[in-house]
Amino acid sequence: MALKYSSITKKVIMSLAGLFLIAFLFVHMTVNLLVLINDNGETFNKAAHFMVSNPIIQFMQIFLFGGFIIHIIMGIVLQIQNWKARPKRYKVAPYSEMSPFSKFMIHTGMLIFLVLIYHLYNFFFQAKTGNIEHVVYNGTEYEDMAKLVLVKFRQLPHTIIYIIWLLLLGFHLDHAFHSGLQSLGFNHNKYTPTVFIISRIIAIVLTVGFITIPVVIYFYRQLPV
Amino acid sequence: MDLTLKIWRQPNASSKGKFVTYKIKDISPGSSFLEMMDELNESLVTKGDEPVAFDHDCREGICGTCSMFINGRPHGPDTGVTTCQLHMRKFKDGDTIVIEPWRARAFPVLKDLIVDRTAFDKIVQAGGYVSVNTGGVPDGNAIPIPKVDAELAMDAAACISCGACVAACKNASAMLFVGAFVSKFALLPQGRIEAHERVQKMVAEMDRQGFGNCTNTGACEAECPKLITLENIARLNREFLAAKLGARKGENVRGGGGI
Amino acid sequence: MAELNSKIPQGPLETKWTSYKSQAKLVNPANKRKLDVIVVGTGLAGASAAASLAEMGFKVKAYCYQDSPRRAHSIAAQGGINAAKNYQNDGDSIQRLFYDTIKGGDYRAREANVYRLAEVSNNIIDQCVAQGVPFAREYGGLLDNRSFGGSQVSRTFYARGQTGQQLLLGAYSALSRQIHKGNVEMYTRHEMLDVVIVDGRARGVIVRDLVSGKIERHSAHAVVLATGGYGNVFFLSTNAMGSNVTAIWKAYKKGAYFGNPCFTQIHPTCIPVHGEHQSKLTLMSESLRNDGRIWVPKKLEDAALIREGKKSPLDIKEEDRDYYLERRYPAFGNLVPRDVASRAAKERCDAGFGVGETGRAVYLDFADAINRLGHNVIEARYGNLFQMYEKIVDENPYKVPMMIYPAVHYTMGGLWVDYELMTTVPGLFAAGEANFSDHGANRLGASALMQGLADGYFVLPYTIQNYLADQISVPRISPDLPEFIEAEKQVVDKINRLMNIKGKTTVDTFHRRLGHIMWEQVGMARNEQGLRNAIEEIKVVREEFWKDVKIPGDAFSINMELEKAGRVADFLELGELMAKDALMREESCGGHFREEHQTPDGEALRNDEVFKYVAAWGYKGENTEPDLIKEGLNYEFIEVKQRNYK
Repeated sequence: MALKYSSITKKVIMSLAGLFLIAFLFVHMTVNLLVLINDNGETFNKAAHFMVSNPIIQFMQIFLFGGFIIHIIMGIVLQIQNWKARPKRYKVAPYSEMSPFSKFMIHTGMLIFLVLIYHLYNFFFQAKTGNIEHVVYNGTEYEDMAKLVLVKFRQLPHTIIYIIWLLLLGFHLDHAFHSGLQSLGFNHNKYTPTVFIISRIIAIVLTVGFITIPVVIYFYRQLPV
Repeated sequence: MDLTLKIWRQPNASSKGKFVTYKIKDISPGSSFLEMMDELNESLVTKGDEPVAFDHDCREGICGTCSMFINGRPHGPDTGVTTCQLHMRKFKDGDTIVIEPWRARAFPVLKDLIVDRTAFDKIVQAGGYVSVNTGGVPDGNAIPIPKVDAELAMDAAACISCGACVAACKNASAMLFVGAFVSKFALLPQGRIEAHERVQKMVAEMDRQGFGNCTNTGACEAECPKLITLENIARLNREFLAAKLGARKGENVRGGGGI
Repeated sequence: MAELNSKIPQGPLETKWTSYKSQAKLVNPANKRKLDVIVVGTGLAGASAAASLAEMGFKVKAYCYQDSPRRAHSIAAQGGINAAKNYQNDGDSIQRLFYDTIKGGDYRAREANVYRLAEVSNNIIDQCVAQGVPFAREYGGLLDNRSFGGSQVSRTFYARGQTGQQLLLGAYSALSRQIHKGNVEMYTRHEMLDVVIVDGRARGVIVRDLVSGKIERHSAHAVVLATGGYGNVFFLSTNAMGSNVTAIWKAYKKGAYFGNPCFTQIHPTCIPVHGEHQSKLTLMSESLRNDGRIWVPKKLEDAALIREGKKSPLDIKEEDRDYYLERRYPAFGNLVPRDVASRAAKERCDAGFGVGETGRAVYLDFADAINRLGHNVIEARYGNLFQMYEKIVDENPYKVPMMIYPAVHYTMGGLWVDYELMTTVPGLFAAGEANFSDHGANRLGASALMQGLADGYFVLPYTIQNYLADQISVPRISPDLPEFIEAEKQVVDKINRLMNIKGKTTVDTFHRRLGHIMWEQVGMARNEQGLRNAIEEIKVVREEFWKDVKIPGDAFSINMELEKAGRVADFLELGELMAKDALMREESCGGHFREEHQTPDGEALRNDEVFKYVAAWGYKGENTEPDLIKEGLNYEFIEVKQRNYK
């Protein structure tokens, strides 16, 4: 099915999925940042519980995974087409490009995907399988996700992996928003420079926002006794 | 100036090629790049060797025939020019210059630095025209066209189909070329009439010819000798989307050449 | 053949074309499918003819030596295309365009042809607009015009400085559409090497596939040559590197007469020559003369100091500048026709007032225009030309005056054709620059595009049909006829002969020598002694060429040296014919200036009593003098005057 679409249709689908994923990342980051509230993780745990138990969110999860899968499959299919389009490479590599990261989207994308599996194993599946400590607030039992986060990010290797991963995500995002809009046909000499700025701001905000969590935890938080 | 040239030599389409190094002396900085190549060839012929085959014709930057990938850049280290307009003053005495043919599956090498760009013609043949026959057309001033549209159309129409965009693109994509062609018609009332059909046909043919697709890296725009912008690729995407979404049932032009 | 029949229709000038069209024979649609037409060359004339004929239903085979039909050298025309639309309400009309063209051509063109050209000029603009050619527009959305040399109205339509490109893309698009429909078989990277004549009619061509080196035979009911001009006989010219005379030269040797071979146009605004390895000259649109003022220093010592690099043109005060065109021709000023402007530049440089390192340059100054109109207006009008100049010369023309010098640009001469554009060989047509027909002894700016498209879109479709109407009972021609086999054999023999010389001298060396002879003695100013010398010198070069040319590689793959050698071999024969024609024409007219024939103040002096004719030369064998037939020119509708642009 995907193979039959024209290259532009594939790009359009991929960019729509990508823009959806950017929106998801903002939600994810906002929830994550709650872990930094100094209340022994109560706010964060409640929010996390909402995210895994609310039926609407559960329903949305299908789209989220769908978005990931479509984005990845389209990316790979297009990339194979692109590699095939130049069977013999240059001796002196092409010199110019608009942004340094735009050339390595497939590479950053693949690495992000690999660590994503690790990330899902660390958190998502732990929560789903119930293989996790519980905590009681006002008589209701919640998964203690906050503690899990704390435990993980007190380990240096783990924290370093996450920081590198998030930086890769930042590089990937630098060529995301404006590129998505371009693929959808939005380019106007009056607005496009602003779109580029917005795009970079999105990349920086998401990267810094996510990275703050492991950094703050590693340096400023103690494990609860 | 004295230079070292590393040039791709390949006797014909089916043979394997290799780089051959040549030394050349006393080149005038006022010479054009192709005049430097002429001098090299004259010396090769005098020695009884085969000259380096390269495409060239008008030598004033408009026919789009010349096509060398020079030190990692199509048309070499200058912006807004073709190889024939590149002057040796852009290089330094003692430089080593690596000269390669365009590299793309859709542009097979025919000999040395000459590639076959028929794929571009095929894309145009698929739909790059207004379907009017000779005669029986309305007066030239019958439909006024806003100056700004005519100018934008001209910006796109300036494309010389040299293939530098394909050569520069990491994906060997022809989107800038197709974007320019689709744009110059889409912007004018005469071309609007069959704009939806045209864009679908041209994109389908583009895929069929084995070009890569656009990842919005902008190398094409940076290297285009006629300074054609990415706006034209966005317009292509837009036109294509509008065509696909707007087509009535059964009226879609089937596209896609698979991966 | 003692007489040439130009087949001009009877009746008043204004109705000749209409009455021709209404009486011309037609071919019905079912029969058109059975008739093949070969079109060689895909420039404006070739592409438009191929597309139009295919649209009508004929089966067309088109050929070009370039890798794509869109690359023909029509693409390099910058300035514009004339049409008698009178959109500017400045008094233009078909009659006036006709008159300007005849006068510009110094009364050496056929009235009927030129009138037809002016008549269809308006259709061309309509056609191109309908094809989506992005002509320049005014703010109100209507088509814009600019003025051009040799006329007092603004009738030139343009698309920035790339009019030729845009018009060619229009024709190329139309051609592409017909290729896609299967009505045109397109052969790119194919060079025509001979015409095949069967029972006195042109029935096909022999071509070489430039990639595989294969020699192929192709047949048709009629053959159109739209292969452009032969300015490259001068080695340095504004033509593309590949532009050549071979196709029409082979036709000449197969019996087509060659009209006015010596009429060559020297374009006044080219970038001056810089060094010995220069491969071609770059033209800048004549439209620059609309706003630029041409001058040289008034004082010889200033000119000398500039040449030595000790003074800059900006150091020369206004009163020390000689705006020689404005001085000599107050009515037309910088907008005199090309031949007049070119000769005036040569005259000043010969007198020692030339500038630039070589002294072979004059200034084209935009300072006044920039002051009057502002930098932005000038940039909008000529931006791409200024940029091109700066890339080549490395000087900013907004600040320092441009340097220009004349260069060979266009050849008015070409295959002799009648009113139907048919050569003296039945079934062999010539269109565009390849024929001699419409420009007389000098072509006006922005008229080449007009003629190419007029021939291709609006003339040939009618006239070829008139010829083919008699051919409907002729079945498809077989390319295996003995005439084809023989022609192929001759082509192969000639290639083998060239390959087997295995001499010591490169093709370019011979070409350069020929070019030098031509430029010095058959160029802008000619005289009897020089022409006689040229004829002898060309013979010497030609003999040496056939003994000593060196072509590496083989004939069975891409071989650029072999391609060039074949073309230069033909130029070496053509050059002699041009010199003979120039020697015979003892008068000065248009682009042909004989030093013996000038007025006391150095203007061209025509001799209408004796030379008011088209010289058509017929080939009579390798060592035999060509046959000269004179087609008298009768001016029934306009009065012949000495040209005066003062």
